Amino acid sequence: MEQIIDIVLLAFMVVTAIAMIRLRNLFAVVMLSGIFSLLSAAMFVVLDAVDVAFTEAAVGAGISTVLMLGTLALTFRDERPATRADWPAMLVVTVTGAALIYGTLDMPRFGDPDAPIHQHVAPRYIVDSPREVGPPNMVTSVLASYRGYDTLGETTVIFTAGIGVMVLLGSVTRRRRRARPTTPATPAAPAPPEGRP
Amino acid sequence: MNHHSVLRTMTKLLMPPIMLFALYVQFHGDYGPGGGFQAGVIFAVAFILFALIFGPVRARRVAPAWVTTPLTAIGVLLYAGVGVVSLLLGGEFLNYDVLAHDPHHGQHLGILLVELGVGITVWAVMVSIFMAFVERGAAAHADGILDGTPDGTPDDREDGHA
Amino acid sequence: MLETVLGLYNYWIVIILMMAGFYTVIARGNLAKKVIGLNIFQTSMFLMYITMGAVESGTAPIVAEGATLYTNPLPSVLILTAIVVGVATTALGLALAVRIREAYGTLEEDDLRVLEDRQDTLRDTAATQDGEQPVSP
Repeated sequence: MEQIIDIVLLAFMVVTAIAMIRLRNLFAVVMLSGIFSLLSAAMFVVLDAVDVAFTEAAVGAGISTVLMLGTLALTFRDERPATRADWPAMLVVTVTGAALIYGTLDMPRFGDPDAPIHQHVAPRYIVDSPREVGPPNMVTSVLASYRGYDTLGETTVIFTAGIGVMVLLGSVTRRRRRARPTTPATPAAPAPPEGRP
Repeated sequence: MNHHSVLRTMTKLLMPPIMLFALYVQFHGDYGPGGGFQAGVIFAVAFILFALIFGPVRARRVAPAWVTTPLTAIGVLLYAGVGVVSLLLGGEFLNYDVLAHDPHHGQHLGILLVELGVGITVWAVMVSIFMAFVERGAAAHADGILDGTPDGTPDDREDGHA
Repeated sequence: MLETVLGLYNYWIVIILMMAGFYTVIARGNLAKKVIGLNIFQTSMFLMYITMGAVESGTAPIVAEGATLYTNPLPSVLILTAIVVGVATTALGLALAVRIREAYGTLEEDDLRVLEDRQDTLRDTAATQDGEQPVSP
């Protein structure tokens, strides 16, 4: 049963992804990307990664959809039809994909308990974390305690990205630019095609 | 958006449960799925919902920039501070065993504080990012930058009136 | 044969999704669409990690009565943080797209290239004129 759900959900994801590539209306693409995130969240539940599913549902289907809609409000709703031939890209993608699929033939089969990934540190986390750290949720123990350095780094990345967005779009930059007189910095610089403030 | 009374009422009704659920996810992360990352995002969603319905001006009154901007850094500092404290108490950086008399209590306390730091940073960053986009949009409309666009997306979002 | 296909099905779908994202990034000229392509690519990577961590008839990695076989918690931890970092970096990319649109009035790569070329030539000619100006008076 789980296998059937797995197959169906993944097939849905492929269909959604292809629809996202083919559609030119970016509004529809963003809506589909929300669906795509939700499908992957369901997929994570099927694969027993509940914490990840939770995060994906909140972040992928919630915040990134809203952010992309915000971007569309500031840019354009439609993508221009392609002007150049896309067969070179198709060729590159097909060759890369074929090579990667050839590579998967050596991968351990799905759900195999003897796969190398389950042999190294995972038994330590599963067996010892309730005794060494305490919380019943192993993901929390690994996230905050065993791999605390990692998480500190990730939090710093989020902080940095947030600062970057604030610098790029923030009101500080705008106010300074508006206060300056409208004469361009270099007289020779060409006027932009439309609408620089 | 004065006439959308259903949306406005539902937002007011939904905000407290969303925030309560975020706090539950934050502090129950040790026992079930959840933790600082998810809680921060869910807490931010409550504010984003508010900003979508009531506009950026009122949203900024609820979460002003002087609150959200410093909090992005305070979360990271809280996280790193726990590490420094454990260093000063004689353990390694981010070794929570030394934070209390009993290693288990120490771990519990350490994880709680660290997750809180993560939650604060994620919340503040998500709200700041969203508000940056929305305020940019409002300013661009005021400047007439976006007049050339063939179609406006839900414009009343950026109006900022309640 | 069927066992191989079922055992590797998840990985193959992951690769198809990854290539779909890759194709969007290299073949589409619209910058917003490129960011969306990167998102598809990213999600496929998440799926790959979680697929590797899954264990047949295992349960979610939360200690429970009667459960002995748990899925691997490590991929969950890595991907959980990666999702939130992913949205933060996506926001950064979208912010760059917004600024590009404000500065150039377009998000299409081809137009941007033409505009950049034109600006470069204008700047070059302006620079040569500036260089001559001090000589003439």
